[in-house]
Amino acid sequence: MASNTLLGLDALDTAAPAPRDAGQTARKAWGAVWPKLAALAIVWVIWELIHLSGWKKLVFPGPGATLSNLWDQAQTALFWQAVETTLERALLGYALALLIGVVVGSLVSRNRALRSAVGSLITGLQLMPSLAWFPFAIILFGITTEAIIFVIVLAAAPSIANSLIAGVDYTPPLMVKAGKMMGLRRLSLHWHLFMPASLPTFVAGLKQAWAFAFHALIAGELLVIIANRPSLGVLLSTDQDQADMTSVVAIMITILIIGIVVDGLFGTANRVIRRRWGLEQVLLQKSCSLGVFAREPDYSGVT
Amino acid sequence: MSATAVTEAPAAVTLAGVSKVYGRGAAAVPALDHVSLTAAPGEFTCLIGASGCGKSTLLNLVAGLDQPTGGEISVGGRVALMFQEPGLFPWLTAAGNVELALRARGVRKAERKQRAGELLEAVHLGGFGKKRPHELSGGMRQRVALARALAQDADVLLMDEPFGALDAMTRDLLHDELDRVCEGRNLTVLFVTHNVREAVRLGDRVVLLSSRPGRVITEYQVPIDRPRRIDSAPVAELAGKITDRLREEVSRHGK
Repeated sequence: MASNTLLGLDALDTAAPAPRDAGQTARKAWGAVWPKLAALAIVWVIWELIHLSGWKKLVFPGPGATLSNLWDQAQTALFWQAVETTLERALLGYALALLIGVVVGSLVSRNRALRSAVGSLITGLQLMPSLAWFPFAIILFGITTEAIIFVIVLAAAPSIANSLIAGVDYTPPLMVKAGKMMGLRRLSLHWHLFMPASLPTFVAGLKQAWAFAFHALIAGELLVIIANRPSLGVLLSTDQDQADMTSVVAIMITILIIGIVVDGLFGTANRVIRRRWGLEQVLLQKSCSLGVFAREPDYSGVT
Repeated sequence: MSATAVTEAPAAVTLAGVSKVYGRGAAAVPALDHVSLTAAPGEFTCLIGASGCGKSTLLNLVAGLDQPTGGEISVGGRVALMFQEPGLFPWLTAAGNVELALRARGVRKAERKQRAGELLEAVHLGGFGKKRPHELSGGMRQRVALARALAQDADVLLMDEPFGALDAMTRDLLHDELDRVCEGRNLTVLFVTHNVREAVRLGDRVVLLSSRPGRVITEYQVPIDRPRRIDSAPVAELAGKITDRLREEVSRHGK
């Protein structure tokens, strides 16, 4: 009898929400897409207006000319070679930064002596503008891809290490106690408790590290120009030399698109984690959606 | 094998003159003062006292999470600890939480899944293994925590107000669950609570602690047959007696 009561209570406590129908899913997808389209449209209109106003008419291209330039460039092998080189460097540099950041972050977060020794140094590194590293890197490695990768790692690894350290610091003590009582120690405690517990902070750090890495990369490609090695930075630099503003803006749009796509990936990772952990905000959902405010006030009863 | 056969069952938990002082010198705060306590294997002991009686300190010491300032503690066997909050890991499913405890103990991968299923079944959560902690109610999470504690194959289960945050109905049902789970497992339980009736409902013995510093004032045997109900007359009567004694102790601090 008692266990039946218990099962009944469980069933009441975990009542499943009604499944979403196709219409709701479509509405939700549209709800996510339309603000982005609207923003794009607004940027387009402002850009077109500036162009039409005749400001810097000789050098400032309109959106139509720029997009058709981008379309033309996208037909060339050179363009895709450049995109490939840039992405390759980004991935390699980021992967190295990830490896180094996780190892350093793990060691520093769990070792008191190491933390007081290098903890503030990591933050210091994070504050150093990546451009300032290039003279050092170029003298050390010459005009090579290594020089660029070196600076990417220095730019991105501190954010990754710091986010892991912060995640470990914010692990609830109760969970640490529970982990220790289970018999988790040192490495197993780090792997099974501290690492997953740091995940939300860590993903935020990964995102920030990506921004730093990408900044360093494009700056590096403008400074470290390797012969016969086209990259987005090299294309920008060549277009600047030829005062080809339309191509400059087209390449900048390409860089922007890459940034937005990667940011979307981090955003998805973040959402998955939040959903799994039960951290989803109810805010910004139905009750607050525009529909409530868009309704006309009802004055019919007012005399 | 005669050597083991003739050994009398040793106490599962023994505290002999245990003291714990936090801080040093003038700022020193005594939390526990010469506490002596013995729990036999399979015995369910409830520790009760007002705020500041060092209940949680005592459990931390028995769990080995902290060291006593004086006295001796001996624990026969493995120890598991449950808190007022379930302390489950949100990145794992209910089954995953139990499996991690099995893994930490060195249970092989092939076995883990089945054992975790059995343990969840033991707390009536057989169908909820794939749920994440936030999808479960407070009482269900606390049962997952109990299954996780059982997964540690502990001989001694320490419980720090584990049902303190639950509503009355869920708490009553979990008392039944705990009774059932302890039956046949020969678990030695040290159960800390503020709730005198809960202590009488569950315990073979209730130990009353004083506050600031914590000392053992007195002990009560609970000679009430199981199954018990928290609202039965014998439980209420003994709880009334203990409450009177507890109030007497608390009012000492009001002077």
